[in-house]
Amino acid sequence: MNKSITIGILSIQGDVEENVSAVQQSMDELNIEGNVIPIKDMSKIDMLDGLVIPGGESTVIGTLLFLDESQKEILRNKILNGLPVLGTCAGLIFLSKRAYDKRLGDTKQHLLELLDVTVERNAFGRQYESFENQLSVPAIGDDLFKGVFIRGPVITETGNDVEVLCRLEEKIVAVQQKNILATSFHPELADDYRFHKKLIELCLSYNESKSM
Amino acid sequence: MTISLIPSDRKLKDESISPEDQNKRIKGSILVKRGFAHMQKHGVIMDVTNVEQAQIAEDSGAVAVMVLDKLPFDVRKAGGVARTAGVKIIQDIMDAVSIPIMAKCRIGHISEAQMLETCGVDMIDESEVLTPADEVNHVWKWDFTTPFVNGAKNLGEALRRVEEGSSMIRTKGEPGTGNVAEAVNHIKILNREVRSVRSAYIDNDNQELIRLSREFKVSLELVNEVGRLGRIPVVNFAAGGITTPSDASFLMRLGCDGVFVGSGIFKSEDPALRARAIVLATTFYDDSKVLLEAQKMVDEKNSLLGLDTKNLDLRMQERGPQI
Repeated sequence: MNKSITIGILSIQGDVEENVSAVQQSMDELNIEGNVIPIKDMSKIDMLDGLVIPGGESTVIGTLLFLDESQKEILRNKILNGLPVLGTCAGLIFLSKRAYDKRLGDTKQHLLELLDVTVERNAFGRQYESFENQLSVPAIGDDLFKGVFIRGPVITETGNDVEVLCRLEEKIVAVQQKNILATSFHPELADDYRFHKKLIELCLSYNESKSM
Repeated sequence: MTISLIPSDRKLKDESISPEDQNKRIKGSILVKRGFAHMQKHGVIMDVTNVEQAQIAEDSGAVAVMVLDKLPFDVRKAGGVARTAGVKIIQDIMDAVSIPIMAKCRIGHISEAQMLETCGVDMIDESEVLTPADEVNHVWKWDFTTPFVNGAKNLGEALRRVEEGSSMIRTKGEPGTGNVAEAVNHIKILNREVRSVRSAYIDNDNQELIRLSREFKVSLELVNEVGRLGRIPVVNFAAGGITTPSDASFLMRLGCDGVFVGSGIFKSEDPALRARAIVLATTFYDDSKVLLEAQKMVDEKNSLLGLDTKNLDLRMQERGPQI
């Protein structure tokens, strides 16, 4: 198997460069040939074997991407049809079906409504309460993973198809629903690329199935 | 790791946090503070003075709002002493929008900064827009859990602020003038100086690197980090005089990571459209078609008329401690 894969990073707003470098690093470590391309619209979506929706402000990413409703449908259909995607922090919120804020209630923002979870935004509090904490994530190995939570959300309800990958003090902070991986924290800042490698594994099998 | 951790965390060194202590939440670490700034990248942070403006900013796609008592243009007009915003306004805005909220404290004013941290703002701007409270020292920002942003006119100034614990840098420009020329000047000076550090670093010219560190009045460690990265070790935004979508795009093209807009939006006659247009121009700064569309959304007749930066009564960029 010597195929090359292409992974897109949604580059509307947020820590795009950190995810580009995390995916590149993961490909190097796995000895996989591939390209990482930042995308700002859906014109190159058919080239992709996977997508990362980075951290940032979920309201901004949603507002700008949905200025053109057709973009939303293209992206939704692609992910519904199996395109692997990793959403970190804002990416998790953007993928989810429902989002709310303790203080403000339903945040009435644009969401992709693909990941069957309810998300509480800024669930740990404002930036003053942001933190690092070691996490146990059996699905990616025994070693602890450094979770960097920046005004991070948590998942308060999950649907039947959603597998919980990690909890922090009973709160759900990482999940997988088939081709969708999502975290409350920022694996791109952890200097540990196991989540990005897990995405690449999904991308490899997606690429296989595409060519069949 | 794509967030630089140089210079190392001055605060954590004194606290004994062992990495083995798995259940301890580490708050206010350099990674958490700089990480917050990294999440603002490619975004627009808008100056606001009330709840209504904050909601317009959020709806138009601002990545955060900066709460002030008066917009920089009005600070110039009012004269007198400019201080941090009222607590009630900050709290009302916190109850109204979900995006991060920043506020300004006077340069060196540790108690205003402490008050803003306790109040819960997400980032503190130690800003020359307000009247400096200490003409000799800036705030020692490592003591704070809340991250800081500081202004800089050149690389030396940027690195001195980073060495004091700042998590984000912005150009100073000349706020409230509607004229982007000073911000352009500052980012170009900084870029030129970064290039000279980078070339000395690539050539392994240690004598030149230490000369530069003496010139900039910062540690050799920090100058070496700039050489290794080819940029400053924290996020670098544009600020001061940005008025139109093209202004925002111009500064992004000069290598800024994002944009602060002060008087440019809410001192114009078309704030809601202009806010959205500047957001679009910042995200799609390198797409000439989107930029044209964004520029079409604003009417030049509605722009803040502005001030000539050569004949200002008050040059904000020059006030405060010189080192």
